[in-house]
Amino acid sequence: MTAGSAPSPEAGSAAYVLAVADDAMVYAQRLGEWLTNAPQIEEDMALANVSLDLLGQARALYARVGELDGSGRGEDDYAMFRDERQWRNVHLVEQERGDFAREMARMLWFASYQHELYAAQLASSDPVVAGVAGKAAKEVRYHLDHARHWVLRLGDGTDESHRRMQAALEWAAPYVDELFDDHAAAVTAVEAGLVARLPSELREAAQGRVEAVVSEATLTMPDPPTWRSRGGRDGIHSRPMGYLLAELQHISRSHPGATW
Amino acid sequence: MYGNDVIDPNDPLNAAETPAYDEARQHEDRRDEVGGGFDALIAADQRIEPRDAMPDKYRQTLIRQIAQHAHSEIIGMQPEGNWITRAPSLRRKAILTAKVQDEAGHGLYLYSAAETLGIDRAELLDRLHNGTQKYSSIFNYPTLTWADCGAIGWLVDGAAIMNQVPLCRCSYGPYARAMVRICKEESFHQRQGFEILWVLSRGTEAQREMAQDAANRWWWPALMMFGPPDSGEAASQGHTAQSMAWGIKRFSNDDLRQKFVDMTVPQAQKLGLTLPDPDLRWNEERGHWDFGPIDWDEFWRVLRGDGPCNAERISQRRRAHEEGAWVREAANAYAAKHVRSQESAA
Ligand SMILES: [Fe+2]
Ligand SMILES: [Fe+2]
Repeated sequence: MTAGSAPSPEAGSAAYVLAVADDAMVYAQRLGEWLTNAPQIEEDMALANVSLDLLGQARALYARVGELDGSGRGEDDYAMFRDERQWRNVHLVEQERGDFAREMARMLWFASYQHELYAAQLASSDPVVAGVAGKAAKEVRYHLDHARHWVLRLGDGTDESHRRMQAALEWAAPYVDELFDDHAAAVTAVEAGLVARLPSELREAAQGRVEAVVSEATLTMPDPPTWRSRGGRDGIHSRPMGYLLAELQHISRSHPGATW
Repeated sequence: MYGNDVIDPNDPLNAAETPAYDEARQHEDRRDEVGGGFDALIAADQRIEPRDAMPDKYRQTLIRQIAQHAHSEIIGMQPEGNWITRAPSLRRKAILTAKVQDEAGHGLYLYSAAETLGIDRAELLDRLHNGTQKYSSIFNYPTLTWADCGAIGWLVDGAAIMNQVPLCRCSYGPYARAMVRICKEESFHQRQGFEILWVLSRGTEAQREMAQDAANRWWWPALMMFGPPDSGEAASQGHTAQSMAWGIKRFSNDDLRQKFVDMTVPQAQKLGLTLPDPDLRWNEERGHWDFGPIDWDEFWRVLRGDGPCNAERISQRRRAHEEGAWVREAANAYAAKHVRSQESAA
């Protein structure tokens, strides 16, 4: 992957799978912060479930990236020993944990996106990518359902919860476009048959899902935001990312070469 | 990951892997011949069920004990929850997340068992938050390094299982059944904790030191988990005799503590860890490990609230509860609206 030269098809595929894995990994890390902090014990368990599902997706995909990029690296090499500029996740998943409404707004968008994404990978030319998508598609249906139920309850609950849920949708809005950007690795991946559709082609269905939930919840879709996040797929991240990685990586990096 | 020649997966590592667990799970239902009276059922070692008449003191004793157990599961999520974002590998992160999630499940399961005695979870949580009900003091100690996650699994889950296996035979049916299920999961936790220390104690110098330091700090508090001694100066008369008579408690604190020491010392040897007790030695005559005096002043001090983390544990728990109040209110409001709209549509 030398800068300036055209990437080989395998390297292009690796870059694409890495982006999918990083989204899942970083969101798993954020959701892990909810355990012992959730509004009720059932929710500690539910958010842990979503976190575990995403962690499982990331681990399976990292193993595949290590084969595709020819480096033979394992899951912990990717998760623990890459610096911020080497991470390929979108900004939405790296944002700090906010109130529960923000988490449900983020989960609704992210699960809606992943729902379409994994559907487009079911017939992937890469058997591992197809296999992960098959399992993940079922998991994501649960995540989507979970987020939907909470957005309904919060939107159509009390005045306070309605206000907070509406504010949460506004908060998430600037991070949405980035999910559906046709970044270079995704273009290569479509050409290689790794995934059937470009990110931009996932938007209509994903956004349709979100809009249906929002209107059923007596909420409104935010006006187009005045700014949007950019750069995650190129390793340009927002302020919270460095702190997230510091926490994620510090023990492994303090003991190079150790096994756990 | 036990594919090595020293840890034999068939070797019991905790009380839920011994025949005592299988025996405790066996329950012979003879209610038909015994009849329904409380005293007759207790005398015949039969289970009391929620619909049975029972003395109020029996009910209150169980509410207190099951609630304290449930609170311990919930507060017990914190020391290890503290390490989820920092687990040193993705595999460890997944195992730890699942473990802390299990503890939440145990809490819910136990609150449900308490609810069969006529009290609801919200009331019990209030009692936890305002300090009128306790949780296990072990969770008032801090988790300083990754090795503490190993030591907690090995020693704290191990001691909890030793206490809980006899509770699978508790006279109160819902509690006994909860214990059967919970002990099985605690047994996985204990193995995972042992395995964390196993890897550390075979790792780098720094990892070995980390493991030894964790064993040093958790050993004595784990022995305190069995409660004050049954006799002598530090004994507290408490409810032991009555709980024994009611078939709630089956073994004395000291008996369970001795069983735990006997089971754990050889495991420490396998791990290559030294337990921080100069008086620890095998007593051929007794057929048990002798161990040194426990610092009961520390036990009572931590129990009274003056431990390293008492204030932090309760304040985190309260904060999560208070910050979640608007969410729970919204869920109730939503449910009420939708019941009404279903009724008016019907
Ligand atoms: Fe537990
Ligand atoms: Fe446990």
